Amino acid sequence: MSDPALLRSRAEGLAQALPPLLADAEHLAQAVILGEHGRRRAGMSDEFWQYRPAHAGDEARMIDWRRSARSDAHFVREKEWQAAQSVLLWVDDAASMDFSGAPDHPTKADRARVLAMAVAVLLMRGGERVGLSGTGVPPRRGPLQLLRLAEAFSTAPTGADYGAPEARGMAPHSRAVFLSDFLGDLAPVEAALAKAADRGVKGALCQVLDPAEEAFPYDGRTVFESMGGTLRHETLKAGDLRARYLDRLATRKARLADLARATGWHYSTHHTGEGAQGALLWLYRALERVR
Amino acid sequence: MWAIGPIGFSAPVLLWALAALPVLWLLLRAVPPAPIRRRFPGVALLLGLTDDETQTDKTPWWLLLLRMLAVAALIVGFAGPVLNPQDRQPGQGPLLVFIDGTWADARDWPRRMDRVAALLDEAGRDGRPVALIQATDLPQMGLPFQAAEAWMSGLAGLEPAPWLPDPQALDAWAAGLEGGFDTFWMSGGLDYEGRQDLLAIFDAAGTVRVFESPRPLLALRPAVFADGAIRLTALRTPGAAGAEVTLAATGRDPAGVERVLARVPATFDGAATEAGVDLVLPPELRNRISRFSVEGVRSAGAVTLTDDSLKRREVALIAGRENREGLQLLSPLHYLQKALAPTADLIDGTLLDVIQANPDVIVLADVATLSGGEAADLQAWVEEGGLLLRFAGPRLAASDVSRDEEDALMPVRLRAGGRSVGGAMSWGEPKQLRPFAEDSPFFGLSVPSDVRVNAQVMAQPDPQLAERAIAALTDGTPLVTRKRLGKGQVVLFHVTANAEWSTLPLSGLFVQMLERLAVSTRPARPAAAELEGTTWVPEAVLTAFGELGEAGALSGVPGGTLADARPGPGLPPGLYAGDDRRLALNVIGPQTTITATTWPARIPVEGMAVARETLLKGWLLGAALVLLGGDILASLWLSGRLRGARSGAVALLALGLFMPGQGHAQAGDDALALRATSEVVLAHVITGDARIDDVAQAGLSGLSKRLYQRTSIEPAAPIAVNLETDELSFFPFLYWPITATQPLPSTEAYAKLNRYLRTGGMILFDTRDGDVARYGGGSPEGRRLQQLARPLDIPPLEPIPADHVLTRTFYLLQDFPGRHASRDVWVEAAPPDAERAEGMPFRDLNDGVTPVVIGGNDWAAAWAIDDQGAAMFPVGRGYAGERQREIAFRFGINLMMHVLTGNYKSDQVHVPALLDRLGQ
Repeated sequence: MSDPALLRSRAEGLAQALPPLLADAEHLAQAVILGEHGRRRAGMSDEFWQYRPAHAGDEARMIDWRRSARSDAHFVREKEWQAAQSVLLWVDDAASMDFSGAPDHPTKADRARVLAMAVAVLLMRGGERVGLSGTGVPPRRGPLQLLRLAEAFSTAPTGADYGAPEARGMAPHSRAVFLSDFLGDLAPVEAALAKAADRGVKGALCQVLDPAEEAFPYDGRTVFESMGGTLRHETLKAGDLRARYLDRLATRKARLADLARATGWHYSTHHTGEGAQGALLWLYRALERVR
Repeated sequence: MWAIGPIGFSAPVLLWALAALPVLWLLLRAVPPAPIRRRFPGVALLLGLTDDETQTDKTPWWLLLLRMLAVAALIVGFAGPVLNPQDRQPGQGPLLVFIDGTWADARDWPRRMDRVAALLDEAGRDGRPVALIQATDLPQMGLPFQAAEAWMSGLAGLEPAPWLPDPQALDAWAAGLEGGFDTFWMSGGLDYEGRQDLLAIFDAAGTVRVFESPRPLLALRPAVFADGAIRLTALRTPGAAGAEVTLAATGRDPAGVERVLARVPATFDGAATEAGVDLVLPPELRNRISRFSVEGVRSAGAVTLTDDSLKRREVALIAGRENREGLQLLSPLHYLQKALAPTADLIDGTLLDVIQANPDVIVLADVATLSGGEAADLQAWVEEGGLLLRFAGPRLAASDVSRDEEDALMPVRLRAGGRSVGGAMSWGEPKQLRPFAEDSPFFGLSVPSDVRVNAQVMAQPDPQLAERAIAALTDGTPLVTRKRLGKGQVVLFHVTANAEWSTLPLSGLFVQMLERLAVSTRPARPAAAELEGTTWVPEAVLTAFGELGEAGALSGVPGGTLADARPGPGLPPGLYAGDDRRLALNVIGPQTTITATTWPARIPVEGMAVARETLLKGWLLGAALVLLGGDILASLWLSGRLRGARSGAVALLALGLFMPGQGHAQAGDDALALRATSEVVLAHVITGDARIDDVAQAGLSGLSKRLYQRTSIEPAAPIAVNLETDELSFFPFLYWPITATQPLPSTEAYAKLNRYLRTGGMILFDTRDGDVARYGGGSPEGRRLQQLARPLDIPPLEPIPADHVLTRTFYLLQDFPGRHASRDVWVEAAPPDAERAEGMPFRDLNDGVTPVVIGGNDWAAAWAIDDQGAAMFPVGRGYAGERQREIAFRFGINLMMHVLTGNYKSDQVHVPALLDRLGQ
């Protein structure tokens, strides 16, 4: 760390990745206009909630004299209670996310990161605390947290072929967002969701898939390899496998949807061939609903 | 050469390689197509799936077959296959190439010449002496044997003749032949006199081979006019039943252009060798026809020229007297109608209408006086070649026409009253006709003895009377007089056209006289006796190919030989002009039949379509290439690589190889023209500096938007104009930002710019340096502008005066700021004599729009807006800056108003004066 050259090159590498990611996320979040979200009950905040007759015990300075002057009774002005929520993000950083079926759309990992950052930007603008699941980046708020998140997203992927969700460090009754292709083993996902459900954590599962994974546009004699090269399947007529592959994919989606329903989560599929806007809106609304 | 059927091989050894094909089959079969490796995250879902079919690990049989065929085609191709290999046995001794060279050969003459060339080639290789003889163009005597190469050079000049060989000449020539020789007879397929004898002589001299086209020969007999229709008869040698030919009538259309005027199909029923068809055409069209032909046959036999015999003369009959009802036999026109109706087309109507129709002949029966206009028109018509035929009668006798001085439309002066002879109240007997004199057109007609003349009008004895009289009575008084007038003539019968004054109209002589005067159409073909002693000059001659050519300096032909001549070297078929009519001599006469040649069985007859030696190597190698190409596509498809964009690329490549390229430049020009002209469009000149161009575009967008919001000008999106390639005249206004590094336009572009400026266009030059430069000096942009504008046709300039119309075309302005607020804006100078009238706020300035406005205020930057409609550049500071931007927009609006409405606002100063004048 003391080597200035090394430090500088690392800083430069970081700076290279950070601004585009942040800029993309900010750009994406720009499209959603939101205000502070009230808790629909009186509390500490800036927003007006209601006038109520002054009780005994209310301090004199709490009385809203302007309102009280219009009638004989004394009124106290109450503000809406606004509370910050912790939202934990998990973005799959396994090798399988590094796939892009066509040069004109981004890899799944890129899209997932941008979505996660955009959600973070939105949530922070809404006054929430955002962090990463696991122990790396605990939920906080402020622009610095955004930079931390971006840095965390920009770290090199783990070597694994398929990722498993991280369910550690979840505060009870917080919110969580899992972004992954969910193409690997489903058991860790189930375990994570079960753990989250135990703690009353609700959230959203967003399955990011490439259009090629949805359409399976392959034919002829083909050797399929996973991104990490650990899995391998050879076929002589890839076209024949299409129906069965799609069948399996549908089964997997149904399974994920069932899981989400059982644990009170929301589940949706997003394709990298489409714009990120729709997925962001869905994510935002999904988080809003469970609040 | 080793051969299978019609195919021989030049290198048959190579065919042994075909035996290796089964081995190749096994080899190829064992090697399946290579797999593709794909990275695919979804592989986790694929694990455990098995393929349904397993046979695809071997190459499919059809792909194998494709490859086998390709390899087989390669092997066979390199073995040098030849279709119809010709085993030539070199001939011995001299060779006679005998060509009929008649019109029957003309239809496929080039192919015949090709065949002869091949023959000569072969003879040259074999070293045989050759004599090339045309039956229609025989040498003096014997056979002029030469080397084949010597004949070769003259081959291109060889042409068939449009006639048949002369039997006598043929006999004489054949009698002089001696020695042994082989003969190639290029037969036209048409039998002619003397052919059999010739064949016997050739046969005796050596072997005879005959080349003849198997296609039937077509010919056309002369057209005959009968019963109001043209009868056409097509002839042929025996051929396929039900064959249909199209006969075309060709002539000049009213514009004088030769074209096909009518087409009619003719069908040969069964094995018939004649096909007749009737063609009915309106007389105007019929008279235009110059020839008939069988369409698609290039042969003189298939063409028949028409002469005067087909032309029906149009005769207009005008009577001076109303028909007396019920007295038809007394009608002045009755006998004329009877005489002319079978052979001519009669026209009725008033004289003026009739002259419009331009008939060949106008007959005036007892018409005395003509109105001035009629007489002038009629005289003009006669001078253009018309024949005016007048008959005397009571009216003419009673009138003063041509009494004291000769009327232009009368051949002689007339004495008053006429005379009548042999009547109840007169002495003497009715007069007979004197036999016709030699110089009379009626010479040779016999005068029937029963023709009597009772009354006539008398000619004044003038000096020319003797030469003008073409028929006279026995006592010498002229009966028919004639006068030439221009190209036409005026003929007067001194008797009536009915039987009142004479019995002439009742006799056959009357009809013959009309014929001689070319009033009526003559019989189809004059008899030999009739033609005796006349001379006919060829006007146009027919080539063997059926084309009409100039006669050139061919000498005249005596009529006697023309009568029933057959065309020959001295008498080519064509159109012969005589004294007053034309005669067509056709290859096929009315009685001609055409007979196909028959050859004895011992003589081999080759069709024209001889089997040629064809090298198949190229075709086979090409086929192999195509098969291999197909193999590539099939392999790609099998292995799944032929998908999506890549298959598109392959298809495009294939198309690109086979489709000819096409230009699209025109479409682009049209699109620009449409965009620029369908709405008002502001335009800026492309400077080459992308940033400046973008700003100019954005600036004009901003100005367009303001114009749209505030005025009735509703411009479309601005257009960038390339001075070199785009048409400028579509744009009312050009914004031209000047950069210091801008290239100078080409000469053509300057010509375009000057034309643009002269025809009312306006250019706003913007040096964009108003903040640093004053009066165009000093800055690099200013200097560049001076260079740019030097070749431009720009009038004297002055700084914009305070009363310039630009200050008030829409807004009242005194400043013209852009992003900079310099006052230096230059426009065309006002004329020096512009004076401010009394009581007017402005000078009465010149008309028109200033062609240029020059400044440096960087207006585009002030006007520029981005996609969201926000200003792109800051102007000035705070509110004052926004005010400056607003004034900049107002300047732009004033400028556009000035461009589009001219000096309209300047004219407004005259409104008080106009109102005053109107008394308001």
